[in-house]
Amino acid sequence: MSVFDILKVRVAEGYQAIRDPRKQPLDPKFRGIPLLDGAACGKCDTPGECAAVCPASAITFEPLSIDLGRCVLCGDCAAACSHGGIRFSSEHRMSTSRREGLIVKSGERIEDWPERLEPAGREILKVLGRSLKLRSVSAGGCNGCELELNASHNVNFDLNRYGVEVVASPRHADALFLTGPVSRNMAPAVRDVWEMMPEPKLLIVAGACAISGGVFADSPDLDRTFLQEHVPDLYIPGCPAHPLTIVNGILGLLGRKKAGLFSL
Amino acid sequence: MNSGWSRTRNLRPVSIHDIPRFPLSRFREDIISLCSVSDRDRARPVTLFGVRRWEGIELVCVLARDSRAELLVASCMVQPGSEYPTMVREVPALHIFERELYEEFGIVPRHHPWLKPVRARGGGWFVDGQGITRKAGDPQAGACSPKRRSAVERYPFFPVQGDSVHQVGVGPVHAGIIEPGHFRFHCRGEEILHLEIALGYQHRGVEDLLVRKADQAVRVSESIAGDSVIAHATATANAMEVLGNCVPSLRALTIRSIALEMERAAIHIGDLGALAGDVAFLPGMSFYGATRTLVINGLLSFSGSRFGRGLIRPGGVAHDINDEQRSRLDVALSRTCKDTERLSEAMFASPSVLSRFERTGIVSLEEAQSMGFSGPTARASGVPCDVRFDHPFGLYRLMPVHPVVLDGGDVFSRAWIRYAEAITSLEYVRERLAALPEGSLVRRLAPAAPSRLVVSMVEGWRGEIVHAVVTDEDGRVCRHRVQDPSLANWYALALAVRGNGISDFPICNKSFNLSYCGNDL
Repeated sequence: MSVFDILKVRVAEGYQAIRDPRKQPLDPKFRGIPLLDGAACGKCDTPGECAAVCPASAITFEPLSIDLGRCVLCGDCAAACSHGGIRFSSEHRMSTSRREGLIVKSGERIEDWPERLEPAGREILKVLGRSLKLRSVSAGGCNGCELELNASHNVNFDLNRYGVEVVASPRHADALFLTGPVSRNMAPAVRDVWEMMPEPKLLIVAGACAISGGVFADSPDLDRTFLQEHVPDLYIPGCPAHPLTIVNGILGLLGRKKAGLFSL
Repeated sequence: MNSGWSRTRNLRPVSIHDIPRFPLSRFREDIISLCSVSDRDRARPVTLFGVRRWEGIELVCVLARDSRAELLVASCMVQPGSEYPTMVREVPALHIFERELYEEFGIVPRHHPWLKPVRARGGGWFVDGQGITRKAGDPQAGACSPKRRSAVERYPFFPVQGDSVHQVGVGPVHAGIIEPGHFRFHCRGEEILHLEIALGYQHRGVEDLLVRKADQAVRVSESIAGDSVIAHATATANAMEVLGNCVPSLRALTIRSIALEMERAAIHIGDLGALAGDVAFLPGMSFYGATRTLVINGLLSFSGSRFGRGLIRPGGVAHDINDEQRSRLDVALSRTCKDTERLSEAMFASPSVLSRFERTGIVSLEEAQSMGFSGPTARASGVPCDVRFDHPFGLYRLMPVHPVVLDGGDVFSRAWIRYAEAITSLEYVRERLAALPEGSLVRRLAPAAPSRLVVSMVEGWRGEIVHAVVTDEDGRVCRHRVQDPSLANWYALALAVRGNGISDFPICNKSFNLSYCGNDL
């Protein structure tokens, strides 16, 4: 195996990065932002079936709404709805700045979603806006969101090109990237990491588990007091969060949703 | 050998009333003798767990005779606080089950050599006056009161002493993007004398949740380990279907094994990339990752999720593969095969890679057999075990898969097996796609049969996944035991790194890539 053989491999692989993750559509089968039509509920023959099959109790009625902070995007509710009241679009840009922003109500349109993601404050962006270092902590995460955060940095999604990297020490970190429902045995470590991070710092929660507890929400083996005391700056929903949802969420937090001065 | 144990198979339910209930001494002696015979009838432990009954704790032991595709089951009623002489000396693979029973029910294995927390559920572990680890409430603990700190913090590490011996502690939070666990290295210079792995940080109460949300057990199973979504969901769905007297259509079974093999190929390819990264073989690090993307995006193209969440449902599958998806998938997987072969030919021919992989992190055949390791971990050490072959389920009953076995036991063998299995799996998927049988997607389940035990084994990419489901007299699930291969295999990592340089730990670790939450549940 000479260096030329390795170069041949390199050439054969070519350039595989997604050119602009902000404009990249996903396969139509992907389950992203749900589209709800409460009018279907009036004709329903099996009332409550959609909510009964939901493993994360994400569905409420009057008006029909889905909490993406709980939703695991399994699609079972759409299959249970006999009148097409619940459909999933393939729109993956669903990160928001506020918890309430994750609640999808009947009749809401995808076009209104970008408003739900606002950049962090000007003072913070002055310090962190061009280079954001993440500290990843999995607290009971099943390795789904962890794999997807890893994938966000692979050659396809390449989050590094925007100056966003994962660092090995909380001392070097600007944002805590928290995944998992926060198990009781991990709660002290999450606090330690947060306290060791220098100011200013941001809190990012990714995946239904971190946002609400997900399917584990009512387990007695969780301790979510950290998240009751600290309000996240960015919510990245999904189960797990798709790399494009992660990339677009973080770019939105940094105020780089559109191509501009600091963007590639 | 007529043992008096109830005989069954993978996914063949047994009535609770047909399981022989032995006194503790006979139960113990039978397990030891069945696992110690030296002919092909030799059994190996599959699982040993407790079920809470009103009259006490019922211990259920399942042994396997792989050469006959046979499972043996027996039980024993004990009270919390009962004691028995440990079976670990005769059957070392039982060490982890005895620790679990002690932690969960306070059943004491006397003279257990390694009685430490498995997942620190509920806390309350401490070290007593004689330096022995005890669980709060242990009758042998005497007047010693547990210190009020978390169980994980109080973990009793094995002390290594002597000149120039030092400890390196890593975790629970690691440097990369990975689940939490604590590793304590005892080193002399660079050489690792002993590695102790303390887990439990990820404990979320999965088994209890599976009982409380039994109707949604398959959906919950998808979150047991996010890299083995299909494998755990299939294990649960198979168990539910057997109890509900339902056989999914051939089409549904085919789609399930397509997804299971894609999951295996995707993770193996991704892990080869991680191994390449650790030895600075940069083309591998970059492009194995991109190649894995082809497989998981293929999974997304018909299931709607990159990890196949929402695909497996009781009675079949929730998503079909239409002709257009099928041809696109075939093109993507054919490219995946080519890319993986090209990258692997380059990587496994590179002297800088081989010098790191070969003779690093060796697990011997004897260790793998006696400790009950499974999956690529065992197959790389010469154990020809594979649930798809030994205890076939679903489509593997009709379309068998032959295990890939090497005997080096080192990082190279595990990496090569992962490469070989990824290619075999991709070819298996392409063959199945070429002849997808007709059939309905989902069939209805009848109400679950009452008073049954069903053992459901699936070969996930890490190895043998075991779910055991017990129903009560009304057909409700009263115990759902989950066993990820990581539970046994974590000890393989500890054995592999002994005598190696501490800088070889990362490649040893990634050659196994074990699950933290699969252990912690």
